Amino acid sequence: MNDRLVISSSPHIRTVQSVRSVMVDVLVALGPVVAVAVLLFGYRAVVTMGVAIFFAMLAESLWLRRLNIFGDGSAALTGLLLAMTLPPDVPWWITAVGAVTAIIIGKQVYGGIGNNIFNPALVGRAVLVVSWGSRLVGPIWPQPKPFHFLADISAVTAATPLAGEAEALGTTLSQIFIGNVAGCLGETSALALLLGGFWLLYKGHIDWRIPGGFIVTVFLMGTAFGGGFYNNSLTTGLFHVLAGGVLLGAIFMATDMVTSPVTPWGKLIFGVGCGLITMLIRLFGAYPEGVTFAILTMNALTPLLDKFTIPKKFGEVKQVA
Amino acid sequence: MATAMFKGGVHPEYRKELTASLAITALPIPEKVIIPLQQHIGAPCEPLVEVDDSVKKGRAIGQSESFVSAPVHAGISGRVTAIGPYNHPLGHKVEAITIESDGLDEWDGQIRPLENLEERSPEELLGAIREAGIVGMGGATFPAHVKLSPPEGKAIDTVIINGAECEPYLTADHRLMLEEPENVVLGLEIMMKVLGAGKGIIAIEDNKPDAIRVMQQVVGGKPDLSVVPLKTKYPQGAEKMLIQVTARRQVPSGGLPLDVGVVNHNTGTAAAIAEAVLTGRPLIERVVTVTGEGIRRPANLKVRVGTLVSELLEFCGGLKEETRKLVMGGPMMGLAQPTSDLPVIKGTSGIVALTAAEVELYESGTCIRCARCVDSCPMNLVPTFIAQAAEHGQFDRAEKLHAADCIECGCCAYVCPARIPLTQWIRIAKAEVLARRKTK
Repeated sequence: MNDRLVISSSPHIRTVQSVRSVMVDVLVALGPVVAVAVLLFGYRAVVTMGVAIFFAMLAESLWLRRLNIFGDGSAALTGLLLAMTLPPDVPWWITAVGAVTAIIIGKQVYGGIGNNIFNPALVGRAVLVVSWGSRLVGPIWPQPKPFHFLADISAVTAATPLAGEAEALGTTLSQIFIGNVAGCLGETSALALLLGGFWLLYKGHIDWRIPGGFIVTVFLMGTAFGGGFYNNSLTTGLFHVLAGGVLLGAIFMATDMVTSPVTPWGKLIFGVGCGLITMLIRLFGAYPEGVTFAILTMNALTPLLDKFTIPKKFGEVKQVA
Repeated sequence: MATAMFKGGVHPEYRKELTASLAITALPIPEKVIIPLQQHIGAPCEPLVEVDDSVKKGRAIGQSESFVSAPVHAGISGRVTAIGPYNHPLGHKVEAITIESDGLDEWDGQIRPLENLEERSPEELLGAIREAGIVGMGGATFPAHVKLSPPEGKAIDTVIINGAECEPYLTADHRLMLEEPENVVLGLEIMMKVLGAGKGIIAIEDNKPDAIRVMQQVVGGKPDLSVVPLKTKYPQGAEKMLIQVTARRQVPSGGLPLDVGVVNHNTGTAAAIAEAVLTGRPLIERVVTVTGEGIRRPANLKVRVGTLVSELLEFCGGLKEETRKLVMGGPMMGLAQPTSDLPVIKGTSGIVALTAAEVELYESGTCIRCARCVDSCPMNLVPTFIAQAAEHGQFDRAEKLHAADCIECGCCAYVCPARIPLTQWIRIAKAEVLARRKTK
């Protein structure tokens, strides 16, 4: 017996959670979003998601010379998140280039999981936006065709609500909430995104401070400065939260553990910063949407935020007995 | 009904059902005991006996002139057969006295109770506690009389009995509260008298409702005593967390409970103090939970200090084949042992045998910055940064990140999905930081 006793430092028991189980949980949280994307955009959604996931996993396992293509699941998640930021009619090779870029340039060159500075999926998207902008950021978007799996969605086009013609198109907030609007695969349905978000909160994989700070900031700035689409300014604030990539970004992108702060205050400032930059770009910038560059900018500030928000340790304030 | 919470903490699988309902069983008198001369924090004892001496049960066989020390006593009657180094739970060999039993189990004639308890002065009570060799029995093994002798100017108003028993698996304190509640309360009252404290609290996690009920019955009607139920969360029994939740005071960084007017002691310590004062008998036995998936018949045993762990295991049906780890203490903070050929000491609260299913041999991964360690740290530290600093030898940075405040509860390493041995790294940082402070 004695020669088989293991000696190690305490604690001697561990949680069952692993990096892989966390990644799988986030993939599951994207379930409703994936379902809505397939419902609205049919086989094109399946192709884009499949290509993104496959090329992300392939790039990572080739880089790591690893036979298990799924590995810790983080590459599959990066691929799926990238697909969520792409329009439904994007050519498959653009998706593939984005996925490989996300894994290699966004993650592996820094030393792999845990070491990257920027959200890999958004690095992939950013490279695609500056390379093939006209095919990624409109102004013409395929109109969703719910429940027509094999439909050729690119035949009918429309503008996304954010592109500025929402009112003219008669898009209502409830349509935007459910997701029956033009847009990127993963950003149309606020309902599906919120479902995934609440599940992640429940599982403890995300902290409320990042999405909370992000969403509240967008809402307040939209209410205060939005104008334009609706007369009622509160509705405008709500519109800015529900339309475009804010919820996808706030719930699934900004919360990426590796590239966001670890301290409670750092997380809150990070979220608020994401919201602030998003709205600055939306209201005053050249692009209709600013979520990607907002999050990437805040990613760069993450080490600084951590450094200046180290929590006050227990017993630091001497209390009077 | 449970009181306020402390920040952080974790909810491991408790597995207390293995032994929670099993009454304390006395282990048969062992044929020999091995009494280490150091079973406490402080100066080691010098032997008071020689090889071939005959001793009776309860006789002091080792003692030190130093104040921060606790004498050790013969656990059985018999003959001293060896004095020399022996395996010790702390991992190194320690001078120990081996006594072989004469089978009579007779008490030493000098042992007498303190009579007229009510009339005894605090000094007399304190002296009795010191002579009985009582130490912190939750595992810290700090001599009890030292904690009960606060320096001038530190007034103590509250004594807390720690019945949280927040470590998974362990049920020794639980059973003690169920089976000897009067002793626990008497021990508390004695400590209050020694310290001149007006308030006594017995704090129990709410996963032990029967213990809360029994203690409430015994305490009932005594206005200066109260039973405080605690929410079940590890490390609820860590003294700083316990004091914050029960007395609403925060022990300052680098300070001691007595800095906020509190002294706390473990349930077993309180019972031992009562026993020592009532009967004059020193601390020669304690309750040990022998449990874990690797134990055939888990049990709560009353064991003579100095009994070999191997005898406890044998009594419990032995270890199962698949046992891979033998932990002395609980699984969150206990020490893994390479052998069962070592004695139970005053601070041994449990022996937990973990099997292959629980003993994961893993390679630690890269930190994914998930911040679970930050959220779980009851001391509000950032464990992953301290561990990184330690890994890179950046001990100045580790000090700035308050490595020295770590209580080594193990929550950070428990929750880490990347399986980084955070607690171990922080221990390294803490030891280095404290050593540097000393040389400054």
